[in-house]
Amino acid sequence: MAYIVKRMMEFLLFFLLLSFVSFVFIKLAPGDPVKQMLRVDEVAVTKEQIESLREELKLNEPLYVQYWYWLKRFFQFDLGHSYMTKKPVFDELLSRFPATVMLTCTSLMVMVFISAPLGTLSALYKNKWIDHASRLFALVGSSIPSFWLGLILMDLFAVKLNLLPSMGKGTWKHLILPSLTLGIAMSAAYVRLLRSSLLESFHKDYVKAARSRGISEKRIFFFHVFRHSLIPVITIFGMSLGSLISGTVVIEVLFSYPGIGKLIVDAIVRRDYPVIQGYVLFISLLIVMINIFIDICYRYLNPEIRLKGVERR
Amino acid sequence: MKIAKYDYSMIRKWLPVLFLFAYVITVAIAPAFAPYDPLEINMSDRLSEPSEKHLLGTDHLGRDLFSRILAGGRVTVGTGFLVLTIILIVGVPLGMLSGFIGGRFDRYFMRIIDAFLAFPDFIIAIVLSGILGPGMVNLVLAIVVAKWGSYVRLVRSTVLAEKEKDYVLMAVISGLPAYKIIRKHLLPHVMGNVLVLATLDLGKIILMIASLSYIGLGAQPPTPEWGAMLNECKPYFYSSPHLMVIPGIFIMCTVLISNLAGDMLRDRLDIEK
Repeated sequence: MAYIVKRMMEFLLFFLLLSFVSFVFIKLAPGDPVKQMLRVDEVAVTKEQIESLREELKLNEPLYVQYWYWLKRFFQFDLGHSYMTKKPVFDELLSRFPATVMLTCTSLMVMVFISAPLGTLSALYKNKWIDHASRLFALVGSSIPSFWLGLILMDLFAVKLNLLPSMGKGTWKHLILPSLTLGIAMSAAYVRLLRSSLLESFHKDYVKAARSRGISEKRIFFFHVFRHSLIPVITIFGMSLGSLISGTVVIEVLFSYPGIGKLIVDAIVRRDYPVIQGYVLFISLLIVMINIFIDICYRYLNPEIRLKGVERR
Repeated sequence: MKIAKYDYSMIRKWLPVLFLFAYVITVAIAPAFAPYDPLEINMSDRLSEPSEKHLLGTDHLGRDLFSRILAGGRVTVGTGFLVLTIILIVGVPLGMLSGFIGGRFDRYFMRIIDAFLAFPDFIIAIVLSGILGPGMVNLVLAIVVAKWGSYVRLVRSTVLAEKEKDYVLMAVISGLPAYKIIRKHLLPHVMGNVLVLATLDLGKIILMIASLSYIGLGAQPPTPEWGAMLNECKPYFYSSPHLMVIPGIFIMCTVLISNLAGDMLRDRLDIEK
């Protein structure tokens, strides 16, 4: 319990630091936000209008006062309005987020369906053709640019065969191509990992012990080796959960899939600062929370870490 | 006395790196052999199929694709190499210092690095190019910031492990100055590990450059960059698929070469990741 409290305190400190940094960065960004806000209306702007809006946005106050107001608004879930769509940034993020989560989950499913059998077969039939094939898959898979793989799949299934929609969101069919692309791209690393983890477990003492007790090979494999091999896989998986979210960015842009990845890229290209700032805070909070959650899970699941403390690289 | 016989095992060990280096140099001088100007627009000859006149065909503005691929290689691979060089120049000394000095400096510095490492590198790169704006210079900066942490960590842990060994202790006792200990005894150990990581990373960095350029945050048209070329050609890929297939194959092969070299180097130097 003390551990969780400590992590939470760290989290709070980190958040304050991060929010201040992102606040200052956006402040330093070129362009006057007041003019930017008024310009969109395409009406001639008077000096008084600028001044009154400045007063309203408290831009004449010193920086730390501005930060305080900004922080206060942040805790009321008010991240400002997008320059482009005029909608509140918080609503925009929240409405796009489920689509990204959905895509992440389906890609994960694809990844597990590819890498679990392939990694297992590869380890069981070491140096046979299936092992070579799956290692080739892993090598090529980790070298292929995901957006290019997506383009090829799009060309094949959407243009040539005309089976699936290539763009947008809506039905489950829209999810197939993006999640297939992301799933294949990710599974390359896990095939390798599962294979080496399994091969390592084959030589452990507990396998010998089980064998000497006359337990069948099948049972040994599924109940002993496989279970133990999953520990490092899950560890790496936990660490890469954040990068999974980042992997969706390119795929969302490629398939015009309306998640937060597409949102941020559009915002960056159009210099939509409130959205960028909102995204920075949102995504970093998300990742820090994931990290803390995984850390706590480890401590709960693995008594070794609980006793010795997390071993730092 | 110096041993006269040359130790060939050193060359065998570093062969993958030599290969990779040869590839990078080939890519760097290749644009000199381009048959056309990669930026020359010729609207009368647009979207043509591969032919004798244009080895790989032309794009939507009639630019020769083969010349653009060659020029793009220099941009993509060159940028990747530049990023790695900057990371090594920044990361190795900082990691060594942190490991060598230790104490409070090391503790606080590592907290900062941990904070960087907690975030996926792609997210850091996107967020930074979001704040700095799209463009190649900002992209280099963003990837350096996203990647340097792991190098500092690696160098530091190598130094920490070596620092405790007897031969370093002997050097300290014999009164060898700190900079000499670092240069003569610690640097060789560090560089082996770092080069393996760097070779393995080159492919990832090139993929990152291409991906970020593809979504419009890196190289801007008309710069011939492989990812940006794919982005430019996207509207035409129904009619002229070669515009999309060829740059992708070049990216893939480059990354494949660097991944293979990294794997081989790791096996030869026998370094556990």
